Amino acid sequence: MNGPSNINPPGVTHSNMASESDTGAQAFSSAAVSAGRPLYWSVRRELWENRAIYLAPLAVAAIYLCGFLVNVINLRRHMRTVAWTHETFAMPYEMVATVIMGTAFLVGIFYTLDALYGERRDRSILFWKSLPVSDLTVVLSKLIIPLAVLPLLSFAITVVTQFIMLLLSSVVLLGSGLNVATIWTHSSFIHVSLLLLYHIVTVHGLWYAPFYGWFLLVSAGAPRAPFVWAFLPPFVIVAVEKLTFNTSYLAAMLLHRLMGPEAPTPPGSSMMDVMASLTLARFLVEPGLWIGLGVAAVFVAAAIQVRRYRGPI
Amino acid sequence: MACIEARGLRKSFGGTVALDGINLRVEDGRILGLIGPNGAGKTTALNAILGLTPYQGELRVLGRDPWMERDHLMRDVSFIADVAVLPRWLRVSQALDYLAGVHPRFDRTKAEGFLVKTSIRHDSKIKTLSKGMVTQLHLALVMAIEAKLLVLDEPTLGLDILFRKQFYDSLLNDYFDRNRTIVMTTHQVEEIQNVLTDVMFMDRGRIVFNCSMEEVESRYVEVMVHPEHLAAARASKPIDERQVFGRSILLFDLKPSPGRRQQLAAFGEARTPSIADLFLAIVGNQAGAAQGGAL
Repeated sequence: MNGPSNINPPGVTHSNMASESDTGAQAFSSAAVSAGRPLYWSVRRELWENRAIYLAPLAVAAIYLCGFLVNVINLRRHMRTVAWTHETFAMPYEMVATVIMGTAFLVGIFYTLDALYGERRDRSILFWKSLPVSDLTVVLSKLIIPLAVLPLLSFAITVVTQFIMLLLSSVVLLGSGLNVATIWTHSSFIHVSLLLLYHIVTVHGLWYAPFYGWFLLVSAGAPRAPFVWAFLPPFVIVAVEKLTFNTSYLAAMLLHRLMGPEAPTPPGSSMMDVMASLTLARFLVEPGLWIGLGVAAVFVAAAIQVRRYRGPI
Repeated sequence: MACIEARGLRKSFGGTVALDGINLRVEDGRILGLIGPNGAGKTTALNAILGLTPYQGELRVLGRDPWMERDHLMRDVSFIADVAVLPRWLRVSQALDYLAGVHPRFDRTKAEGFLVKTSIRHDSKIKTLSKGMVTQLHLALVMAIEAKLLVLDEPTLGLDILFRKQFYDSLLNDYFDRNRTIVMTTHQVEEIQNVLTDVMFMDRGRIVFNCSMEEVESRYVEVMVHPEHLAAARASKPIDERQVFGRSILLFDLKPSPGRRQQLAAFGEARTPSIADLFLAIVGNQAGAAQGGAL
């Protein structure tokens, strides 16, 4: 503010000069601090506050690895009595993927339910709103966590865990008479990883979007107990629908949303078969995908508006 | 263009009117104190100015509509609510990182310079800091923002007298530079008396008094009247009378006839009233009158 006044050319009054240079500085800084920068820092902010986003899947992976190690050592001890089917090899790898993705899903639910409620409860919303960050940016940063950060993080953790599992079993079973190469071929590591990434992006990133949108909206508006506000209304509607019309459309809809867009497969088929059944073409023409994204967009837009009106509670 | 301009600003919550058609104009470079009893509408007025609440009527802050353009406005406006709004989980270093990341006018070096003078460590979490230290931190963050308007809502609530004094000292010495505008509310009226350039009293959603400090000095006089002059002094239309140690103190408004100062000074010892006494005389009497009328 003092700077420009020192370099005033003669004849230009201080106030004119100041306002001119301010406009210039403003234009410059809006370009420099483009829309992306506040969003980037807001996502980082979320990771500072909610360390469970990465600690929970990491902890689950670590515990699983311990269990797996015990399992492999037992396998080696009972080499002769074990039936060496494809299942024996593939099952632990599928299971770790399921467990970590399930953890990430749960973390995502608790995270989104608290995301816009916690800042009102601890009054810090007044601090966040005192900064030049729009409600749109704030809500988007909180949506990116369950739609992108959690899925990609759980994918990375899963792949690394599976890789460690392969190494562990190779080391333990080395010299046991079993060909270590069999383990690597049976686990078809790269293929499974790619399939997993595909599943995570399509189902966790896109198909589940309306769930997270709903949770964010509840989190932005609930006067207290967002958990109850999120789950009680659907539950009541399902019950009333059953009682009044003896139908369960909402329940079926929610269940279909939860189970994922994959085609029903015969019982006994592996998880990877189920994932592979969803081709990209089938996924993209699935009306449920686009309806879901539309519903999610409505929820998120509503959450942005609600946050504008809300203060500390 | 004034820093803040409001015409007919109204806001009600359900049936309760919080702002009852306020007209307000705050020029650049002023330090305005907004004084009023609890529930007078001070915080609602500040919230409207900061774009935290929708309102009826016309309001422009730095030429912008706060409710529609809060995020743009906040590049030029800083705000300290009361001290407890910094998130408890945040580390000091993270606060600096975040502000440097999102605020185009935040000067990190400057903030670190302020923090060096305190005992606040960069790796501390806010929940481990004392209330006084949290205020110091918030003030350091805000003073490192090149803002045009600073809004303080009860900034020193719950702080001891040393921290309160330090707070206003740094605000005046390190921050205020005549190009900036400060609007603040507080109940510790006597502590900000010497800081303010303007004072405004609010009561029940209305502005009941709005005056620069120079005007307060030239317009109001308080006389501790000698007992023998009491009858004459009372006949000179004081706006308020109170008793201290058995002596009567009468408050006069000189606006109707500015030449009266000499005449009134003859009744006893004359001086400029404190803002607190002025507030009691102006708002207290009105509240009393309203209550009397209702009864």
